[in-house]
Amino acid sequence: MNIYAIKAIYLFEMARTMRTLMQSIASPVLSTSLYFIVFGSAIGSRMVEIDGIHYGAFIVPGLIMLTLLSESVNNAAFGIHMPRFTGAIYEILAAPISTREIVIGFVGAAATKSVILGLIIMLTARLFVDYSIAHPFIFLLFLILTSLSFCLFGFIVGVWADGFEKLQIIPLMVLTPLTFLGGTFYSINMLPPLWQTITLFNPVVYLVSGFRWAFYESSDVSVAVSLGMVCAFLLLCLFIVHLIFKTGYKLKS
Amino acid sequence: MTSVISITGLNKIYTDGFQALDDIHLDIEEGEIFALLGPNGAGKTTLISIVCGIVNASSGEVKVRGHDIRADFRLARQQIGLVPQELSLSIFESVMATVNFSRGLYGKPRDDAWIEKILRDLTLWEKRDQRIMALSGGMKRRVLIAKALAHQPRVLFLDEPTAGVDVELRQEMWELVRGLREDGVTIILTTHYIDEAEEMADRIGVINKGKIILVDEKQALMKKLGKKQLHLVLADKLSQLPEKLQQFKLESLDDGQKLIYTFDTQKEHNEIPLLLKTLGELGVEIHDLQTEQSSLEDIFVELVGNKA
Repeated sequence: MNIYAIKAIYLFEMARTMRTLMQSIASPVLSTSLYFIVFGSAIGSRMVEIDGIHYGAFIVPGLIMLTLLSESVNNAAFGIHMPRFTGAIYEILAAPISTREIVIGFVGAAATKSVILGLIIMLTARLFVDYSIAHPFIFLLFLILTSLSFCLFGFIVGVWADGFEKLQIIPLMVLTPLTFLGGTFYSINMLPPLWQTITLFNPVVYLVSGFRWAFYESSDVSVAVSLGMVCAFLLLCLFIVHLIFKTGYKLKS
Repeated sequence: MTSVISITGLNKIYTDGFQALDDIHLDIEEGEIFALLGPNGAGKTTLISIVCGIVNASSGEVKVRGHDIRADFRLARQQIGLVPQELSLSIFESVMATVNFSRGLYGKPRDDAWIEKILRDLTLWEKRDQRIMALSGGMKRRVLIAKALAHQPRVLFLDEPTAGVDVELRQEMWELVRGLREDGVTIILTTHYIDEAEEMADRIGVINKGKIILVDEKQALMKKLGKKQLHLVLADKLSQLPEKLQQFKLESLDDGQKLIYTFDTQKEHNEIPLLLKTLGELGVEIHDLQTEQSSLEDIFVELVGNKA
């Protein structure tokens, strides 16, 4: 294994994050904090508890997930798209690196950033609402698996997109609506039966539900099913990335 | 000499059906400077890109120092450095960071002394902390060379390295390339500047429409395909060539004011003395004379033109 190459790509990507701290960390933390202030502190104090959880605390896992998903996709997509855009990708394709090593470097760096971001948002939420984490290990497991799988998904988006507009389509037009409708702000048990069934087709429901279970031992679907869904998505993304490098899709002529 | 790169039956057909390479067979010898010449779209960059792993071949085999570029891609690619045609750089990075990045990509541990040496050789040392976006085009070209040399390759591909750079930088790059060759690095150069190939290359390959149409030692090529001409400016115009001059196949220009005699450089003896003697016997007075030798450019144009 070309450890030096993995390290080079990883450090290169982390350096990019450090150069853009305002955009990479401060901006998503600030925008998520606004949700905590408005929905957690201001409106939340007048809302009824859901499943015995104060509303402000109820939305914390979903809001962390909301930022985690969009930032994971954005960061990983940008990481691979930028060298494609500038042409600097030639160097990575010509280097003695395997597909696996390229993915570990790019996705590893993006996922590291996402995990750090998730932890910062979790700590920031503490300033506005009171919450507890019942299962820290499961919390970390969901945080890492979700970051990894959505960074892989972002990597795929970054290869697929042939312009900066397309790069934004998936996070804005797909992930944000799915997260808003995936039980971030409510329990799906509050929906009419038909909508409950329809909502179960939204994969984000399983992420938010599983993540919320790690906090409060309360979930819309079984935590095992949630973990299974994250792992299935991770494997699907790995398979697609494998196909991309095998066929050279949008990377090699 | 041993082959450092061995290409056998290489073909590339793009998805739109365009055949960029057609049954290429080529051996590059260890330690030489090989210039690959060809018009735009001839297949030069495709050929380089396949050897470097950027483009997939449709069929054929490429070995770099005995390592197959697909089955043994790590060992094959470790030998190669590539300076691409375009200024493809991450513009927000510093010079030092991007060169160290390149070394890491090729599986080499950090070596500050080596990086300092190449940055100094390329007069980039003073700019090592500058962002690439702040550099001139010529400096960016040097950064590309520094990146290609960062992992100490044994084979260096230079794809149009002096395109768009000033004369001074071109001379500096030529010096650098000669220095690398002295260190035992094999250099494969594509260029539009034929004088560059004429100046530097040991061997020349000409590619056109995806086919290698000629590979030869530069000197042998110029000797074999080059021709010399004797230009004679006459004191008085010759309205018609006398019978005795027909054997020399002279070309008449300027209404008979000028005669051109083309002779073969490979022939040990030419017929210039006989021509001059005959002209003297005919009473043709010569006002001026000069000889001209065809350049590599003339040979290239003729080759590519004939095969078009």
